[in-house]
Amino acid sequence: MTATQDRPAAEIGKDRRRKEDQRLITGRTRWTDNITLPGMLHLAMVRSPFAHATITSVDTEAAKASPNVVAVLSGKDFGDELGVCINAWPITPDQKTPTHSPMPADRVAFAGEIVAVVVARSAAEARDAAELVDVEYDELPAVIGIKNALRDEVLAHPDLGTNKSALWVLDSGEAGTGSDVEAAIETARADGILIEREYRQQRLIPAFMEPRSVVVDPTGEQITMWSATQIPHILRFALAATTGVPESKIRVIAPDVGGGFGGKLQTTPEEWVAWAVARRLSKPVKYTETRSESLMAAHHGRDQVQTLTLAADKEGNVTGLKVHLDADLGAYIAVVGGGVPVLGAFMFNAIYKFPAYRFECQTVLTNTTFTDAYRGAGRPEATYAIERLMDELAAEVGVDPLEIRERNWIKHEEFPFTTVAGLEYDSGNYEAATALAKESFGYDALRAEQKERRDRGDRVQLGIGVSTFTEMCGLAPSRVLGSLDYGAGGWEHASVRMLATGKVEIVTGASAHGQGHETAFSQIVADRLGVPFEDVEVLHGDTQIAHKGLDTYGSRSLVVGGEALVKAVDKVIDKAKHLAAHLLEASEDDLEYNQGRFTVAGTDQGIAIQELATAAFAAHNYPEDMEPSLDAEATFDPVNFNYPHGTHLCAMEVDTETGAVKMRKYTCCDDIGVIINPLIVAGQVHGGLVQGIAQALWEEAVHDESGTLVSGSFVDYLLPTSADTISFDVVHTDDPSVCTTNTLGTKGVGEAGTIASTPAVVNAVVDAIRHLGIDDIQMPCTPERVWRAIQGSKAGGATETPPDAMPHFVEGEANQQSHEGALDQDGAGQ
Amino acid sequence: MSKIELTVDGAAVSDDVEPRMLLVQYLREKLGKTGTVIGCDTSNCGACTVHLDGTSVKSCNVLAVQANGRTVTTIEGLADTAEGELHPVQEAFRECHGLQCGFCTPGMIMQAVDLLGENPDPTEEEVRLGMEGNLCRCTGYHNIVKSVLHAAEGAKA
Repeated sequence: MTATQDRPAAEIGKDRRRKEDQRLITGRTRWTDNITLPGMLHLAMVRSPFAHATITSVDTEAAKASPNVVAVLSGKDFGDELGVCINAWPITPDQKTPTHSPMPADRVAFAGEIVAVVVARSAAEARDAAELVDVEYDELPAVIGIKNALRDEVLAHPDLGTNKSALWVLDSGEAGTGSDVEAAIETARADGILIEREYRQQRLIPAFMEPRSVVVDPTGEQITMWSATQIPHILRFALAATTGVPESKIRVIAPDVGGGFGGKLQTTPEEWVAWAVARRLSKPVKYTETRSESLMAAHHGRDQVQTLTLAADKEGNVTGLKVHLDADLGAYIAVVGGGVPVLGAFMFNAIYKFPAYRFECQTVLTNTTFTDAYRGAGRPEATYAIERLMDELAAEVGVDPLEIRERNWIKHEEFPFTTVAGLEYDSGNYEAATALAKESFGYDALRAEQKERRDRGDRVQLGIGVSTFTEMCGLAPSRVLGSLDYGAGGWEHASVRMLATGKVEIVTGASAHGQGHETAFSQIVADRLGVPFEDVEVLHGDTQIAHKGLDTYGSRSLVVGGEALVKAVDKVIDKAKHLAAHLLEASEDDLEYNQGRFTVAGTDQGIAIQELATAAFAAHNYPEDMEPSLDAEATFDPVNFNYPHGTHLCAMEVDTETGAVKMRKYTCCDDIGVIINPLIVAGQVHGGLVQGIAQALWEEAVHDESGTLVSGSFVDYLLPTSADTISFDVVHTDDPSVCTTNTLGTKGVGEAGTIASTPAVVNAVVDAIRHLGIDDIQMPCTPERVWRAIQGSKAGGATETPPDAMPHFVEGEANQQSHEGALDQDGAGQ
Repeated sequence: MSKIELTVDGAAVSDDVEPRMLLVQYLREKLGKTGTVIGCDTSNCGACTVHLDGTSVKSCNVLAVQANGRTVTTIEGLADTAEGELHPVQEAFRECHGLQCGFCTPGMIMQAVDLLGENPDPTEEEVRLGMEGNLCRCTGYHNIVKSVLHAAEGAKA
């Protein structure tokens, strides 16, 4: 179907203001926590304070006697109907996978795990009563931290016999995609350059702004779950697969969802508990977490130790890369689980022509909150490692970091290029993106200033950080996922409904939570179908309306979901053409389709798509060989990932007396192929940048040695504010390298900023003080770590964040004096 | 229970509330003003920001009883949106793509209105400092700052 392709695009590329915004800026939003149903009961969770313990008894009597409490239930009150939390990606056939009950009856494996649930008429009464549930524990030794876990002295799950869950290996020599890395390393050791480093990817918390919430309504024929989730379709499948309710009896709705960043790509214990309680009591229930519960019990991200060996010749031409990851899964293997670090396997070689590559990922279990996808999922970790290493290589060779990269990257005329990890990069132009980024950044002037400040020994030194990243996104070709033992495919579904009045409803299996699908998808349909932007309504996030889908993550919605939409629209046009030919009494061959109208070539006869929709609805006059409908649907399975790339440049100022770091300038030139809506793209880049910058400078989830999360509130977990950040310089080349495996030519952008920015920032910090003999600062690069590194303590770059981040309740302080009873007179004590 | 009488978004309301009930809970649970949301437990995020007698407050940090006899404006009462009207700051957030998921947005807008009331012509630095009590995870603040500056610019024109 090529009828519309020659027409100039009116909508694609336009900075349309978002359709979503009207309701969001006026408070007319349907968050899950806003939903109230008649007779609805409220849940409060009782959570384990211990990281590892046997549950010896759960006394619910006092809680049950509390006002307006309807039920108090613990794990032993449920059987198989409670279901289990799933791992959809066992990375090896022999992966050790602990059973993950949503509410275990016998043993807890991390602090924050649910042990009982209180059901009451109000949320406040449920929480009051939760305090009265008396759980007796026998504390067990807890294993915290990757290196402790690897020793296998204390076990997260004693019955498994080890903390080592799986070892996943990709070796280019064995796979035939490259040569033997050990040989390359030996050659470099003898007569070349060998960079050996250990980098730490600290644990992060996705920290979406809307706390998770779930409402379950068991009344009616289908059981309905509203959830603040990224994945309503996967959630529905998993509920059916694990709780014995037929999939056809389950409706899952993701209403307005307030951010996710991978953090709501999960099938959660809270959802399963709410589901079980609603079914047990036959009443609608709601559970909304507090922020501290969210930080403690919603999945975390990253958390790897990376052992890296980069081999090069004396001129800095790379010859081999060997990566060993130890990745902390936490207490259980969550829905993607070990698949997250494995996604990084294909990205450590990045844009560079490594002839030899070996990747190993050892996943380990610890008594901490389980980890899973967080924006970028595996690819930021990989990009950080390689982009830090390329700066180290440049320093070793004594050339500019951009020069060492150019020496090694894939030239634009070499695409398509099959990498040492076995992927085929279809398009890219690293030279063009770098040239534009350098120009916009004022690279040469900043280098000159850096030299000038260094020469005069300025207290505040300037550093310039580079990150020339690529990523694989648009998850994912289903056959590739199958070859990696992932439990599902990576296709997406869309349908188009032509309404009798000429309006158009499009239904997508993608499930937005801030991305702006309603706007971008409307633009695509408006162009392709030739109808006004305003006449397109985008429906999503309800499994009874969007009955098929694989949801939103991995920068897939536009590049996979958008393409499904294109295919469905093309089918509508095909059908409409057949009807148009019939009504115009013309041959289909003589019809032209332009801006929503079929015309008979060489005449003034024509008919609009809206008129055809009405004619199909009336069905008074249509061809014998067609059904009276223009509606169509399509399922698109991509044949490849797509490979956005870009050059990010960051200037950081480092106060050498205090260790304080300050961002001076940040420029990025991302090549993401064809841009549908530049406003939305810029927003995705800005937000992505700050999440990546935050990993470099501020954020870390810290557990103390007993396994308590000490960064369990926004007081301690440092999300950046407007005062911590700057405005960014975001540019794109005029002639992007379009994606060749979808007709729109688009590449993903949702994760790009986060993937690229972390190494750019750390490279800049290190660059500012490299002349003092420093070649690494562990993330987050706090003033203390930077200061210690400058003071010459080699340990400075690798000090652990102390697990006593911020004392809240200091004995004897004025605001901590006892007021016993003062608040309890009317039962209002907290 | 304590009886409170106050004005919320132009309407006189009266309820018996528990003394411990937070203003944000009162707005959401008793009045159905769900445009105002709760994002944290520690008054860090500002998602619940409303105006109390014309000044921005984090409504998780105010007891409902403290609002007795006073006037509260939420995002839902900022403009006559039922008539299609938008406050200039709402319009600026839309125009400058100052929101993505929209969860922090009501609080951001209420804070921005207060900020511009005190300082109608702020610099970027002043906007960044004035908005630092409101957290956003989507936008990286770039377009939020732009929105506030855009609103200030519009008010001058």
